[in-house]
Amino acid sequence: MERRHVLVYVENINGRLNTSSFELLTKAREVADAFSGRVYSVLLSAGDDPFREAREVIARGSDVAIVYRVERELLPNYLLHAEALTSAIRRTRPALVLVSATPWGRSLAPRVAARLGVGLTADCLDVYVDESGEIVQVRPAFTGNIIAHIKTSSSPVMATIRPGVFSPPKPDYSRSGEVILADEPLTPPEGLEVVGLSRERSVRLSEASVIVAVGRGLRRREDVALFEELAKILGGEVAVSKPLVDSGWFEKERQVGFSGNIVRPRVYLAFGISGAPQHIAGMRDSEFVISVNIDPSAPMARHSDIFVVGDMYEIAQKLVNRLKAFKSYESRN
Amino acid sequence: MALEPGASEGNIIVLVKPTPDINKVRFDVERGRIDRSSAELEINPFDLYALELATRLREILGGRVIAVSMAPPHAEKALRDAIARGADRAILLSDKRFAGADTLATSYTLAMAIRKLGGFRLVLSGEKSVDGDTGQVGPEVAEHLNIPHASFVHRVVDVDEDSITVESDFGDGYYLVRLRFPALLSVSRPLTFRGESLEPRIPKLSDVLRSRRARIEVWSADDVPGIDFRRIGLTGSPTRVVKAFYALEEGRRPVVYKDPEAAVEEIIKVLRSRKLLR
Ligand SMILES: Cc1cc2nc3c(=O)[nH]c(=O)nc-3n(C[C@H](O)[C@H](O)[C@H](O)COP(=O)(O)OP(=O)(O)OC[C@H]3O[C@@H](n4cnc5c(N)ncnc54)[C@H](O)[C@@H]3O)c2cc1C
Ligand SMILES: Nc1ncnc2c1ncn2[C@@H]1O[C@H](COP(=O)(O)O)[C@@H](O)[C@H]1O
Repeated sequence: MERRHVLVYVENINGRLNTSSFELLTKAREVADAFSGRVYSVLLSAGDDPFREAREVIARGSDVAIVYRVERELLPNYLLHAEALTSAIRRTRPALVLVSATPWGRSLAPRVAARLGVGLTADCLDVYVDESGEIVQVRPAFTGNIIAHIKTSSSPVMATIRPGVFSPPKPDYSRSGEVILADEPLTPPEGLEVVGLSRERSVRLSEASVIVAVGRGLRRREDVALFEELAKILGGEVAVSKPLVDSGWFEKERQVGFSGNIVRPRVYLAFGISGAPQHIAGMRDSEFVISVNIDPSAPMARHSDIFVVGDMYEIAQKLVNRLKAFKSYESRN
Repeated sequence: MALEPGASEGNIIVLVKPTPDINKVRFDVERGRIDRSSAELEINPFDLYALELATRLREILGGRVIAVSMAPPHAEKALRDAIARGADRAILLSDKRFAGADTLATSYTLAMAIRKLGGFRLVLSGEKSVDGDTGQVGPEVAEHLNIPHASFVHRVVDVDEDSITVESDFGDGYYLVRLRFPALLSVSRPLTFRGESLEPRIPKLSDVLRSRRARIEVWSADDVPGIDFRRIGLTGSPTRVVKAFYALEEGRRPVVYKDPEAAVEEIIKVLRSRKLLR
């Protein structure tokens, strides 16, 4: 088989490389090895030492790091990143280009694909090389009800990959690789000014290992305190179904589902959530699902490992009491 | 692509995708595509927000709100709904040759239609569609038109003659972005406009009646000057579904508890075995 390469776009909005980009390097390594090719990374750097970022991506499996240096204030300009990615693709002629399906990646990758006139597959769960040596992309479609395997006839094959589906490689700082400081200047595109950060994200559900999710079974906004307490004891986060955001009770950042966040915690506890397909689309990859619902026929049951038919308030309160007792017992010993 | 410079009476184009109700529609697993004949088409829920925002911006910027869709002929009803919700004009790009388009071909076709419409100030799209579910069409249209865009827009902070300032979700935080016209915004929900939370309006009966008499302009590929037939429909689509299957087939097999005490004990056991109790 002819040697073919993989190019990974490494996200750097604010001076910290996004760890979801490292996850792509795991996959990139696998595909590049199947093609006996190289793994390239491309990133923008606004630091004094562009080699620092390059070392990071090399330690995580890149053979070559291509670094574009920009002024600090231009770093969050996604159109500039699109320029850099386009030029890196032209330079390295990869068979496959991977971009994280973060909001940032999903904004930038389509521009690059359209500029090159190539196909782009959104929010993939996997990419593999089939028996005929062709790249296949796996993605949920139709609000997650369908899993589709997709091939792209244009080159390079481009895909955005859902954060969290691959584990990031362990860094090996003894790995050597080549660093290319790209010399062509990137011109800031016209008509766009990224003024700056206006609000931090207050919660990051995608990174939580325990999620206590509440739905319309919650009778009053204040009642969430009980579930917050449970989440706190478990070191987790409170999440909600969409109606609780629509009613203005919670920030969209806490919404799980098709139009909210995609989460994959180690344990997902759902209280008073019926299990609509749009909600399931956001949590189906959770490792273990426990749900509590007064309705034994709630569709949520089909998506649960433990399904408790009962009152969410009663179960949550009992859990809190028991866990508190457990904790104080543990701390005494 | 050269564009007419943003004329002072620039229009606002809204990309409206007629989509099936995903709870009702069938998916043709054999052919790997949605059986669009199986359900009635309605405006993609996200696009309703784009439409609502367009009518607000019209109050300030003037111009006309033009809804543009690429869809089969029976999508006409969805475009009437767009008129009932405030669009001044509705264009349905409908032609067998457009069929089977992926996001590249769709965005190219929409961009060519927008060029034909001329002097616009803004193009608005939804964050994503419930069926395609890619969120790619908006930014791809912007690229074909060679204009700046902002995605995942949650707030429109300010707007004047020449520019619009929005808050866009970058993932690691929300950033303030200023775009000079002409530009494209891909809007999310919740969506606020100058501090006010926007919800799609429910059309008044009089608007519904008016929309029934409205003319929906149907354009075929021949009505779009300069369109490259190799770049539309299935021919212009580099991505192909090679196989597809239902994801929901494999549900979990729950252990069901009805006794609260037993349930709580079991949950604690699970949490402990997974080392989640420190
Ligand atoms: C385009 C689109 C996108 C969407 N995106 C999302 C999304 O991202 N996320 C999302 O969540 N939804 C989404 N939805 C909405 C989704 O279809 C459902 O409407 C929603 O998930 C229902 O939320 P729920 O389960 O909390 O409420 P309900 O469906 O009303 O269910 C409440 C449940 O609580 C149970 N209950 C009530 N009281 C108690 C009690 N005391 N103890 C125990 N159980 C109790 C009831 O039996 C019921 O099963 C979307 C819809 C559309 C059309
Ligand atoms: N066929 C279409 N006709 C009009 N607008 C579309 C079409 N497909 C996508 N769009 C627009 O692009 C957005 C994103 O769609 P998608 O990329 O399919 O997720 C939608 O919310 C619409 O605003």
